[in-house]
Amino acid sequence: MTIKTQHNARGGTPPPAIALSGISKTFGAVRANDDIALTVTQGHIHGIVGENGAGKSTLVSILYGFYQADRGKIEINGAHADIKTTADAIKLGVGMVHQHFMLVPTFTVLENIILGHEHRKGGKTLDDEIALAREELSSLAQQYGLEVDFDALVADLSVGLQQRVEILKTLYRGAKILILDEPTGVLTPQETDQLFEILATLRQQGVTVLLITHKLREIMAITDDVSVMRGGKMVAHLVTKKTSPSELAELMVGRQVLINADFHEAEKGEVCLTVDNLTLTGDGGIPLLRGISFDLRAGEILGVAGVSGNGQSQLLEVLSGITPPTTGAIKIGGQVISPESTTTPNDVKNMGLAHVPEDRHAMGMVLPFSAAETSVLGYEDQPSLGSGFWFGPDQLERHCGELMQDYDIRPADPSLKCNLFSGGNQQKLVLAREMSAAPKILLVGQPTRGVDIGAIEFIYQRLIAMRDQGCAILLVSVELDEILTLSDRVMVMNNGASMGIVDKRDADAQSIGLMMAGVV
Amino acid sequence: MAEFWLQFLLTIDATLRVATPLILCAMAGIFSERSGIIDISLEGKMLMSAFAAASVAAVTGQPWLALLVAIGVSVFLSLIHGFACITHRGNQVVSGLAINILASGLTVTLGIAFFAQGGQTPFLKGDQRFSPITLPFADAIRDIPFLGPIYAEVISGHNIIVWIALLAVVVTSLVMMRTRFGLRLRAVGEKPEAVDTAGISVVLMRYQAVIIAGVLCGIAGAYLSIAHGAGFVREMTAGKGYIALAAMIFGNWRPLQALYACLMFGFLDAVAARVQGLELPLIGEVSSDLILALPYVLTVIFLAGFIGRATPPAAIGAPYVKER
Repeated sequence: MTIKTQHNARGGTPPPAIALSGISKTFGAVRANDDIALTVTQGHIHGIVGENGAGKSTLVSILYGFYQADRGKIEINGAHADIKTTADAIKLGVGMVHQHFMLVPTFTVLENIILGHEHRKGGKTLDDEIALAREELSSLAQQYGLEVDFDALVADLSVGLQQRVEILKTLYRGAKILILDEPTGVLTPQETDQLFEILATLRQQGVTVLLITHKLREIMAITDDVSVMRGGKMVAHLVTKKTSPSELAELMVGRQVLINADFHEAEKGEVCLTVDNLTLTGDGGIPLLRGISFDLRAGEILGVAGVSGNGQSQLLEVLSGITPPTTGAIKIGGQVISPESTTTPNDVKNMGLAHVPEDRHAMGMVLPFSAAETSVLGYEDQPSLGSGFWFGPDQLERHCGELMQDYDIRPADPSLKCNLFSGGNQQKLVLAREMSAAPKILLVGQPTRGVDIGAIEFIYQRLIAMRDQGCAILLVSVELDEILTLSDRVMVMNNGASMGIVDKRDADAQSIGLMMAGVV
Repeated sequence: MAEFWLQFLLTIDATLRVATPLILCAMAGIFSERSGIIDISLEGKMLMSAFAAASVAAVTGQPWLALLVAIGVSVFLSLIHGFACITHRGNQVVSGLAINILASGLTVTLGIAFFAQGGQTPFLKGDQRFSPITLPFADAIRDIPFLGPIYAEVISGHNIIVWIALLAVVVTSLVMMRTRFGLRLRAVGEKPEAVDTAGISVVLMRYQAVIIAGVLCGIAGAYLSIAHGAGFVREMTAGKGYIALAAMIFGNWRPLQALYACLMFGFLDAVAARVQGLELPLIGEVSSDLILALPYVLTVIFLAGFIGRATPPAAIGAPYVKER
């Protein structure tokens, strides 16, 4: 505010704090940033929203000199800026608080703050410098409401306090533009409120803040302007007051080409999976799942909608037995998974549950393995694959060959390494493996992420066919259209909680969007 | 009683001599590993520089020149290690092992090629090597009961490198804890991202660290062949590099503690040499092998967490790659 009035008094508008144009960056085949333009007004809190993988972090990393853009122009305060390294960015007054803190846990707060800038105060020795820095920091801390014990070891501080240290660190290095990358992901609600107070103070003092998040509530609560990113592109620039969470949610999730999935009503069977008041608490007491309850019946698809990072991944992990719940219970058939039970993913599989993980590369397959080996991962004990100790390579190839034919996986070569298949064919291979085990319950996470249109249609048909055969399917997807196309019922998740379950007849993009934003 | 006291002091004296290369290598290891680079090539660097020092001393007769060349050779090996592990993000253990194997073979091959004495270098005489420095009044004070021998036997009569080694501990300790460079170095081994985002080159910091390690290993190697010994003998390091590594771990990657560990290991070595074949009441003949094995046994026990806890630098062994 102060800066604004000064400039107005001189009769001109100040140049934008940040002006980006034509920024592009590719990693291998992935276009992380595609022709991005962005203007951030001085003294504003500017939000950038988008789902995980939308390219937000890449964009700010370029601004902070961590990566260099392949193309594009950066202007800071109206002057062309050539940011090649982090040191350049710091010199231009750009500071960044990373999603994962850049603090040395075994150092004190003071040591962390002066690290790399030990000559700033001109102290002769390190000890002198630390003493000089202490004075300036105490006044900075007071000015911005960032009190913290300077001599404490960072490892002993709470996450909220560590974040304060990060903010202090950037201010000490002279930051006038502060970038915060997903700052609230690791904070408790109280710490989040405190952070917002700090940000408001910074704005008052003329600091420009760029806030990266996928949480719409935070955007609405604190920002002046907001830009939306999707799939590496900037899709909208809006004034926060003139937009709504549902509009933002729709922009973030986007509209996909409608695909003919031939959906039809089907007879529902008995309940195969009951989830009762499931909660999960993460490191540092952060609630990840808050009291999720639902029933899943044979012959139905329950879609789980939500902006990514709202607990869907954790739900899949708990249901598949990878992470034990903190409280609550899961009933599969007659068996119960609770915090006390020592159920392994293998036990859950033996109860008739199959899991197609969200991230096929990280959890679904071993990329350097052949398709044949991948096609039996987790099912190696099947007697049809060999006897006793030994594995039959021929049986393995035959098994994989059948799957490849059945699921139209190309090229149909079982000895080919997984990383040589396209995303769609990799996904079909994982789906084929899990579906061919004829599970009673199938968990599917992001079945069409990075999959081409042709394969999407095939996967949709297969999922519906599985359902028609009486399988109970839980479908987690961030593609709202996918959820609406395939699901008999839709559960919407926001901030780890279920916002309600809607029947297909009553579900439309508008109402689901509002629930995704946590409004209803 | 006086005889026993003298024997004890002589053991302490030997302890210092044996511990000197351990101390230098342990400090080298501390520099390298606190910057995040595992250095099991202390052994190989020491061996190569021992050979280089002995060769240069034999040919030129100049111990100081020999020391410089030894340092140069060792730093060169450090740079190879750095090139593999820092620039190309290779596996640090594999790279270190490769250097050790290279040194083991190359010293003998070159030794035979240069001097044709079965891999040894010619025996070095008097001024071709660093000789013991007798401190003033050592002989005069020797006869003062009890305290005299401490000065005459333990403190006096060491060559210059023993003093350099002790000085290295003080310097390492000060650099690590009291300088800007030390702060950055420690940070790079704990959390390189923090250093990178502060605008400092992780690569440069790590190269500086391995170069310092090279210098210290070079001095240790020269000590073996032209100060403590009088010429190079094949495999003359005999695992001292590994013992130094164990001492460094035992000292929790801290200079002073590592010094104590080196002295303890050196003491065990000195005792083992003295009790060889000695018959003790009740125990019978003392096995010096058993005593020599103690450093390793103690290190294993330490690493298993029975005494204190070893906390290596958090980022050790991990090549620094900017995350996507």
